[in-house]
Amino acid sequence: MNELAPILSVEDLTVDFLSDGAPARAVDGVSFEVRRGETLVILGESGSGKSVSTSAVMDLIDRPPGDIVRGRISFDGARIDGLQGEARRVINGRRIAMIFQDPLAYLNPVYTVGRQICEIFESHGVASGRAARERAMDLLKRVGIPEPEARIDQYPHQFSGGQRQRVMIAMAIALQPDLLIADEPTTALDVSVQAQILDLLRDLQGETGMALILITHDLEVAASMADRVIVMNRGTIVEAGEARKVFTKPRHAYTQKLISALPHGDAAESSNRRSTTNSGETVLRVENLTKEYVVSSGLFGRKKSFLAVKDVSFEVSKGETLGIVGESGSGKSSVARMLLRLNEPTAGKAIFNGEDVFAMEERGLRAYRRKVQMVFQDPYGSMNPRMTVRAIIAEPWSIHADILPRARWRDRVAELLELVGLKPEHADRYPHQFSGGQRQRIAIARALASEPELVICDEAVSALDVSIQAQIIDLLADLRTRLGLSYIFITHDLPIVRHFADRILVMKQGVVVEEGPTSTIFGNPSQAYTRSLLDATPVPKWLETA
Amino acid sequence: MTAITNAASASDPAGRARTFFNCLKRDRLALAAAIFLVILAIATLAGPLLIGDMAAKLGLRQRNLPPFSLDHGWLYFLGADTLGRPILARLVVGAQNTLGIALAAVVTSMLVGGVLGLVAGYSERWYSQVIQRLADIIMSFPSLLLALIVLYTLGPSISNLIIVLALTRIPIYLRTTRAEVLELRERMFVSAAKSMGARPLRIVLRHIAPMALPTLLTIAAIDFATVILAESSLSFLGLGIQPPEFTWGAMVANGRGYLATAWWISFWPGLAILLTTLSLNLLSSWARTMADPQQRWRLQSLRKASR
Repeated sequence: MNELAPILSVEDLTVDFLSDGAPARAVDGVSFEVRRGETLVILGESGSGKSVSTSAVMDLIDRPPGDIVRGRISFDGARIDGLQGEARRVINGRRIAMIFQDPLAYLNPVYTVGRQICEIFESHGVASGRAARERAMDLLKRVGIPEPEARIDQYPHQFSGGQRQRVMIAMAIALQPDLLIADEPTTALDVSVQAQILDLLRDLQGETGMALILITHDLEVAASMADRVIVMNRGTIVEAGEARKVFTKPRHAYTQKLISALPHGDAAESSNRRSTTNSGETVLRVENLTKEYVVSSGLFGRKKSFLAVKDVSFEVSKGETLGIVGESGSGKSSVARMLLRLNEPTAGKAIFNGEDVFAMEERGLRAYRRKVQMVFQDPYGSMNPRMTVRAIIAEPWSIHADILPRARWRDRVAELLELVGLKPEHADRYPHQFSGGQRQRIAIARALASEPELVICDEAVSALDVSIQAQIIDLLADLRTRLGLSYIFITHDLPIVRHFADRILVMKQGVVVEEGPTSTIFGNPSQAYTRSLLDATPVPKWLETA
Repeated sequence: MTAITNAASASDPAGRARTFFNCLKRDRLALAAAIFLVILAIATLAGPLLIGDMAAKLGLRQRNLPPFSLDHGWLYFLGADTLGRPILARLVVGAQNTLGIALAAVVTSMLVGGVLGLVAGYSERWYSQVIQRLADIIMSFPSLLLALIVLYTLGPSISNLIIVLALTRIPIYLRTTRAEVLELRERMFVSAAKSMGARPLRIVLRHIAPMALPTLLTIAAIDFATVILAESSLSFLGLGIQPPEFTWGAMVANGRGYLATAWWISFWPGLAILLTTLSLNLLSSWARTMADPQQRWRLQSLRKASR
């Protein structure tokens, strides 16, 4: 076996997606290869064509609307594009395996985890019955699931997000594939869990010598894993090469922009995103906010309760940005939902401009919901897919009839689109026709439409790649200066808020563990938990080995 | 995939109508269905004025006349029934009652069931439970028996028939709508609308109902045939349409005894029911695709890149 020959090579792959009129090119002339034991990272923002490229390798593109215009895909010396039926099944799963971003969506909820792993062995005729179960047990042990003897008979919903991703990895490596494709495997996970999953992938690769293609939008993940990197933008490869070179001496302008946009990169240091106009006038004051969920186990089971949020208090002044940082389950989103009265609090007070939010009746609440807007994590999910961008942005005006007369809607939509850096002619399109960053801009335009005083951003940039994150944060900072807004910026990613927030609240398991000015939190954190959040950021691979 | 396509914006009404027609043209089956329904509608509205008398004209010499002969005039092309009346004329005249009753019953049950389903799904108050239990009661009661009791007490008439037929179909729409609403109300864009201060009525009408409607239309199209047949079985029991009025369902029932000797008496009205339902089905599935911006490409011209 020649170690240097590439296990997979893709040459001049071009994929279109057909729609009315001209086809849209998703991938244009992409070529790459990966060798055994090597990690290739495909880096790019959503819509850059990175997932489409690897879907073509696995023949997962629906045609139509997909259309493979040209390209050669060779695996282990033989062409595999165009393979169908049995010949395809021999390769998919057995020799090339894939793991996805959202393991819950890919695990069947009605079968136990063990059953689903055994099925892989059985469907490929490798082992069955007791033998398959034993191998499944070994796999679970290998991927670091504690007490595999007990967990093997549990269902996917009984596992945590990180553990589900481990189960997915166990299924992917079950047949010892030559190539593992990981499509954003850690995007949905917290930073500390992300580090564990990346370690696991690295260890497995060291043991089995498989090739790994990692698709990600996260520069830090890319840097910590890659031997070689290809950077994609708008369907083409803009830069390719050895990871160290690409990251330290980027040649293409797009890569340079990406690298400099890193939260602790140079551009971020010099940019002035923090607010300058802090008047000290309090907009929102929250006191002892508490949310208790009651969970009953079974019909006559004892009722258990757990505190999602416990005694959270803070203040937001006019023109100020408050960052709330915490991992999933820390209660930070519950705080946001309660502040918008989407969920009712168990106890506590929130005073907005002198009025008690939780005591508001319908009329007062409607006025309040005009002054306070929310930008959600998933801009796609938060927009009705059947409405055009124009209708989406105009919705606040049709809800609150007194903001703007209908005759002016058209012009104002155009103005708002320009304000967030989009074009007025985008108004007649539907949300699915935009990239992730563009959708988040639309969501921001909608939030600004009702001329709010306070905008709550719940993980508003977490799903975007760093350069887009930087753009969106710059946009928010600019709008704050121009319109005098206040923000509550909720995120699990501490570095993002470093140059944006004025004060930071660190939450863990529903409790505020640390609160203070941003410089103190970063420069001199008093709590061990805050330090661990700061340390969980992945370290570049070339620095680790050096 | 997320690249912006250069779809020409069709905001003016004329442009929208053209896009609409172009998309209909691309789906051949839906186009055929639409043409059939248009012809049927014209025949139903104008036919009785022109050939209405012929439908009741007895002709002993044409009793059970076989189809496909023009010897007795074009009206007898599809044959004649047991009393020698031309089937073609009777189909056209019967269409008015058949389609009128079925349409009224289906639309009523869809509207009532849909609205109740929206309420039951979105609200968490006590009446949500009451609505559901009422639906359960209607469903657990044999629908034909219910119809018999109601029509026996109220007396057979077209409006009573529509009420009874609609009543028995309501739970289907109610349950489907409620299930859809339960899923849709958890979607993020509903939370987003709520956080913008939208009233419940607006959320239901603007964000939830349009998403649930395509499912309801599909069920309604299938239900159309069920209602036509249910109406004919009631007519057969003497509780539906009273002679000399008649419907397609009654015509099928009429030919039941002659299936071995004169199949055409039942066959033609049966075929008419089948084609009408099939057309509605094809058209509703086209409309479902058309209403979803993400599926609409299926109906658009897909030009591949030259290679």
